[in-house]
Amino acid sequence: MGTGFASLRHMLFWEKWVSDWLEGLGRLTLLTKETIASLLTFKVSWRDLLYQVYFVGVKSQSVVLITGAFTGMVLGAQTYFQFHKVKMDTATLAVVSVSMCSELGPVLTGLMVAGRVGAAIAAELGTMRVTEQIDALRTLATHPVDYLVVPRLLALHAALPLLTAESIVVGIGAGYLVGVYLLGIDRTYLWFNMLKYTGNSDVAIGLIKALIFGGIVAIISCYKGMTCGEGAEGVGRATTEAVVYSSITILITNFFLTLTLGKVLHAL
Amino acid sequence: MIEVCNLEKSFGDHKILQGVSFCIDRGESVVIIGRSGGGKSVLLKHLIALLKPDAGQVLIDGENIVPMNERQLLRVRRKFGMLFQGAALFDSMTVAENIAFVFRREKSLPEEEIAGKVAHVLDLVDLPGIENKNPSELSGGMRKRVGLARAIVYEPQIVLYDEPTTGLDPIASDSIDKLILRVRDRLNVTSVVVTHDMRSARRLGQRILMLHEKHIYATGTPEEIFSSQDPIVKQFVEGISEPIAQGIQATL
Repeated sequence: MGTGFASLRHMLFWEKWVSDWLEGLGRLTLLTKETIASLLTFKVSWRDLLYQVYFVGVKSQSVVLITGAFTGMVLGAQTYFQFHKVKMDTATLAVVSVSMCSELGPVLTGLMVAGRVGAAIAAELGTMRVTEQIDALRTLATHPVDYLVVPRLLALHAALPLLTAESIVVGIGAGYLVGVYLLGIDRTYLWFNMLKYTGNSDVAIGLIKALIFGGIVAIISCYKGMTCGEGAEGVGRATTEAVVYSSITILITNFFLTLTLGKVLHAL
Repeated sequence: MIEVCNLEKSFGDHKILQGVSFCIDRGESVVIIGRSGGGKSVLLKHLIALLKPDAGQVLIDGENIVPMNERQLLRVRRKFGMLFQGAALFDSMTVAENIAFVFRREKSLPEEEIAGKVAHVLDLVDLPGIENKNPSELSGGMRKRVGLARAIVYEPQIVLYDEPTTGLDPIASDSIDKLILRVRDRLNVTSVVVTHDMRSARRLGQRILMLHEKHIYATGTPEEIFSSQDPIVKQFVEGISEPIAQGIQATL
């Protein structure tokens, strides 16, 4: 009797979890559809867009640059320790470069921006929701998607590839400095091999990924903020969920992008 | 002008409104009263389609707004201004930017004209010269006045007030009431006020609707409502809490 009751409760729990998850996915899809429809009307305010580009891009530089630099340094050192065993020291920077361009640059930049910007977006929009500011926007004949979501989406689409490019450059530069000045690798061969093995397609893969990750962070964070629960607890939960869901979605999407973009771009 | 037919609304298993129907004529001033948590604000938000009902219709100038999507509603909402319970000012903007929000979004007027309209409407709500203040620098009463200025600056036909005097001291409440009357008379707007402040209800309403047990329980002029012998209406307008009254009787 007790076991039957427990299994029924277990089943009901999962049924509710699945139905809530599907409902959330449906709402997210509707928000994305509404955002695309809004983008097609070209009603974006340049002032709002520039402010968001400043907030998302300029203000995120320090965190992205530090992440890129130390990732490049660690990757350079670790690669050297392994390659040194098989006398392939001068290929170190090539590994750093390809990894930074196609994987680590866009993914780590995406994760850092999800943490900094995604959290800020969810908290700001969540607070606007609980203080009825989003309802006030609607009563002022302004579509919340036009005013709140579209400038943030465009700003993240524009800023994330640029931040990723910065992160890649700094990561490779830091890896080069560690290789040459700390580990004593020959600088000419190090640089030559890096150029030889890093293709345009690697850079293109990284920038395309960054563009897509920007959209993921913007849509998920705006959605979480605009649908947050009541009170401080609701805003706090929305903020946490925005960061967690954005990060997980970036990591999962990255795997599929690596497979598809790798096949498409390397074949060109 | 506003017609509500058989409105129903639930949140989860909790039914808030059931079979709510009423009409409001152009230029009329209607007050909706009822107990806290009774669904007054929910009903008000249905009039401007901030909430969608489970069943029923809301007609604005004969047009049913219930099936409209958010983009279609933008056109209908131009007829409305709304004052929220907490004023809902945009806290990242100054007072002037809050009030001029719609004009700046639509780029419909030159800057000098916008500044003139902002100054005029601030004058109307007795707050001249505070254009450059931030909402965080304002008191509760001032925030509500600025919220009202923002709601009326583009001359709507209908103004909705969600508990305009809640949380204010009696003097500030009195000034907000006078302001609502001034706006009604000067701009000749249709007013719908949700309140549980009986003094405000008596002063502001040409007609009072009492929401009780999910439906419109009583309707009439302020005189009719305040002299009603119906026990539920009487208990509410006189503010008698039954269990406490019984407790006092038992003590005596």
